[in-house]
Amino acid sequence: MDVHPMDDVLRMDRIPHIWCPGCGIGTAVTAFAEGLKKAEIDLQKTCIVSGIGCTGRVAGYVKLDSFHTTHGRGIAFATGIQVANPDLKVIVFSGDGDIMSIGGNHFIHAARRNVNMLVICVNNFIYAMTGGQVAPTTPHAAYATTSPFGAVEPPFNIPYIADSSGAVYVARWTVLQVRRLTDSIAEALKKPGFSVIEVISPCAMYYSRINRLGDGLDMMKFYHDNTEIRHGEDTKNLDIGFQTKIIVGKFVDRERPTYMDSYNKWLSGTVKD
Amino acid sequence: MKANPRDVRTGTYYMDGDIAAGYGALAAGCRFIGGYPITPSTEAAESFARIAPQSGAVFVQMEDELASVASIMGASWSGVKTMTITSGPGYSLMMEAIGLGAMMEAPFVILNIQRGGPSTGVPTKTGQADMMQSRWGSHGDYEVIAISPDSPQELFDFMIKAFNLAEKYRCPVMVMSDECVGHMSEKVVVPPAEEIELEPRRIYTGPKEEYLPFKPDQDLVPKMVKAGDGYNLYVSGASHDERGYPIIYQKGKNQSDSTARRLVDKIRLNADKIIELHEEKLDDAEVVVVSYGITSRVAVRGIELARKKGIKVGKLRLVTVWPFPDQRISELAAKVKAFVVPEINYGQVVYDVERCSHGEANVVLVPHGGAGVHDPEDILEAIEYAATEKKKIRKVIIRKTRLEKKVFGGGLK
Repeated sequence: MDVHPMDDVLRMDRIPHIWCPGCGIGTAVTAFAEGLKKAEIDLQKTCIVSGIGCTGRVAGYVKLDSFHTTHGRGIAFATGIQVANPDLKVIVFSGDGDIMSIGGNHFIHAARRNVNMLVICVNNFIYAMTGGQVAPTTPHAAYATTSPFGAVEPPFNIPYIADSSGAVYVARWTVLQVRRLTDSIAEALKKPGFSVIEVISPCAMYYSRINRLGDGLDMMKFYHDNTEIRHGEDTKNLDIGFQTKIIVGKFVDRERPTYMDSYNKWLSGTVKD
Repeated sequence: MKANPRDVRTGTYYMDGDIAAGYGALAAGCRFIGGYPITPSTEAAESFARIAPQSGAVFVQMEDELASVASIMGASWSGVKTMTITSGPGYSLMMEAIGLGAMMEAPFVILNIQRGGPSTGVPTKTGQADMMQSRWGSHGDYEVIAISPDSPQELFDFMIKAFNLAEKYRCPVMVMSDECVGHMSEKVVVPPAEEIELEPRRIYTGPKEEYLPFKPDQDLVPKMVKAGDGYNLYVSGASHDERGYPIIYQKGKNQSDSTARRLVDKIRLNADKIIELHEEKLDDAEVVVVSYGITSRVAVRGIELARKKGIKVGKLRLVTVWPFPDQRISELAAKVKAFVVPEINYGQVVYDVERCSHGEANVVLVPHGGAGVHDPEDILEAIEYAATEKKKIRKVIIRKTRLEKKVFGGGLK
C-alpha cells in the first residue's frame, strides 16, 4: 500500500478530519507537519497541546504526545509540561478565540516568562465551532452571529501583544503562503523561548458566509491580492481591518533567556543547601 | 517505595499547618507546584517555594488559579508529582480544571485551606463551606477523594496520604483543611525518610504498541506513561475511548458508559479501600457526633461535657469525607438514636448523613457561620436535645446556637 508522506506525523486512523470544505486549518496542519520534518527535532520529545474549538482539534490529528485541554488553558497546561520536563518541546496549536480571548492572560504571562514553547494561533476572525460568534480578532464592522450589526470593538493585533509581552519570535502568515509558513514553523521550532506564529485562515462556513465574502477559494484569492510581506515591520502597524491589506512576515526574532534558563541560573547562584 | 531523604526535613518542629503542608508535599515527592496565592493558604505555597529548589522541585506562581491547575496537569503528564494550593474563591475558579483532571486521570493534589464565603467572604478566618463544591463543583459526572486534616501534624501526614491516593486512583485528591488548622501552630514531627511510604506511579510496562492510555486494570484504574516516552499519547478532556480518542457514540454504548461511568465507578467500587474513619466511644453510643477537620477537635469537648452528664455519646470523625462512608453511617443509623453534625457552614455534609440514615435516626445540624469554631456548649446542647428527642423527625433538624438565640430570640425559625 502506498504510504502517505505525512503518515509518520499524522494519526491516519483519525482521518477523515472534521474541518469544513474551504477551511484553512488543514493547510496550517500540513505546514506544521512539514515544518516538524524540516526542523529535524526529536518528535518523541515533542508535545502538542490544544484548547478547544476547530483548531483545538489539531492536537488529536498529529502523531505526537497530544493534549486536548479545556477552552483557553493550552498555554498554561504546556507551561506545566515544560517546567516539569524542560527536555520536551511543546507546541500550543489553537485558535484565536481560544488563545486570545479566554486564554489571553495565559498568553501574555507565558510570553513574559519566556517559557520554551511555540504557539501557533490560527486566526479565522471568528468563533467557528460554536457557530460564528464575534471574536476578539473580528475586524471592526465585520458581521458575526453575536455582532449582527457589525463588530463594534476594535480587534486584537496578535503580533503586537506577543511582541510587547516578550515573545522572542513573532511571525504572521496566511494559509496561502504555505512554503513561508512551513519555513517559519521550522525556524520557530528550533528557537528556544516563547515563539508565536499567527496563521490567517479562511472560515468559509461562518466568517465569509456571514460577511458575503464567497467561499474558501475566494478568501484565498483575497489573500493573494491583499497580503504584503514586510519582514521586521514594527508590530504596532499590524492591525487588520475588514477586507483591508494584511501585512505578513517575520516581525520579531530576538534572544532572551528562557524561563528554565533564568530559573536555573538564578537559583544556582542564590540557593544554598 | 520510600521517600527520598533529600525531600524530607526530618525533625521535630513547632510550626503552623500551612508550613507543615509544604513540608509534607515535598516529603511526598512533589516536584512541581503551580499556584496562585490566596489567604489563608499562602504560607503553604511560601513554605514549599522556600524548600523546593534544594530538592530540585519547582514552584511557579502562575497568573491565576485556572492556569495553576492546568499547569499541574501538564506537569503530571510529564511524569512528576504535582499539586496546587488555594482557598475559597480560588477553589471556585479551579472547578473547570478539576473536571479536566478527572477526565484526563492526571494524578494531582489540591490543598484547600478553607475560609468563609460566599465570594470574598471572610478571607482571614476559618470555614468549612467548600465541602460540597469539592464533590460536585465541576460539571458532569466524576468522583474525587477528599480528606480532612485536623492538626498541623495531619497537614504534614495527609499531604503524603493525598499524593499516595492520587497516584493509586488517578483522580483529583483534595486536602480539605481550614484556616484554623492552617494557621494553628503545634508540634509537627517529620519522620525519617525511611518511615515514609510512597505510592509509586502506576507505570505501564508491557509492549509499547499494545499500550492503551485509558484501558483500566481490574480496579478500574488505567496505567500511565509520561509525555516524552514515545507513546504518542492522545489525552483529551472530551469523552474518549481506551485509546483516548474522542467518541460521541459507540454502538451499544453511550458515552457515559465508556468514560464518565468508569471515572465514577473507580472511586465508588474502591470506596471501602479508600475510606478512613476515626471512631471513639461508639460501642454504647446512643448519639453520634459526626464531624471532620477542626470541628472534630471541638466536638471532643462537647462529647466530654455530655458524657459527664451521663449521655451515651460517641464520635465519628470523617478522615475521608469523599467518597462518603454511606455504609458505616447506615449501620450506625440502625443502632443509634441520633447523629449530631457540627459544621462550619449552614449544612453541607449533614445532608449526606441524613441521606445515609434513611430516616432511622434523627440528624441534628449544629451550623456555624464561620470566622471561628463552635462553642462546645452548642454541641453539648445539640447532643442533649438529640438524646432526649423521642420522635423521629425525618429531616435535618437545624439547631440554633446560643448566640443566635440571643440575637434573634425565638423569631427565627
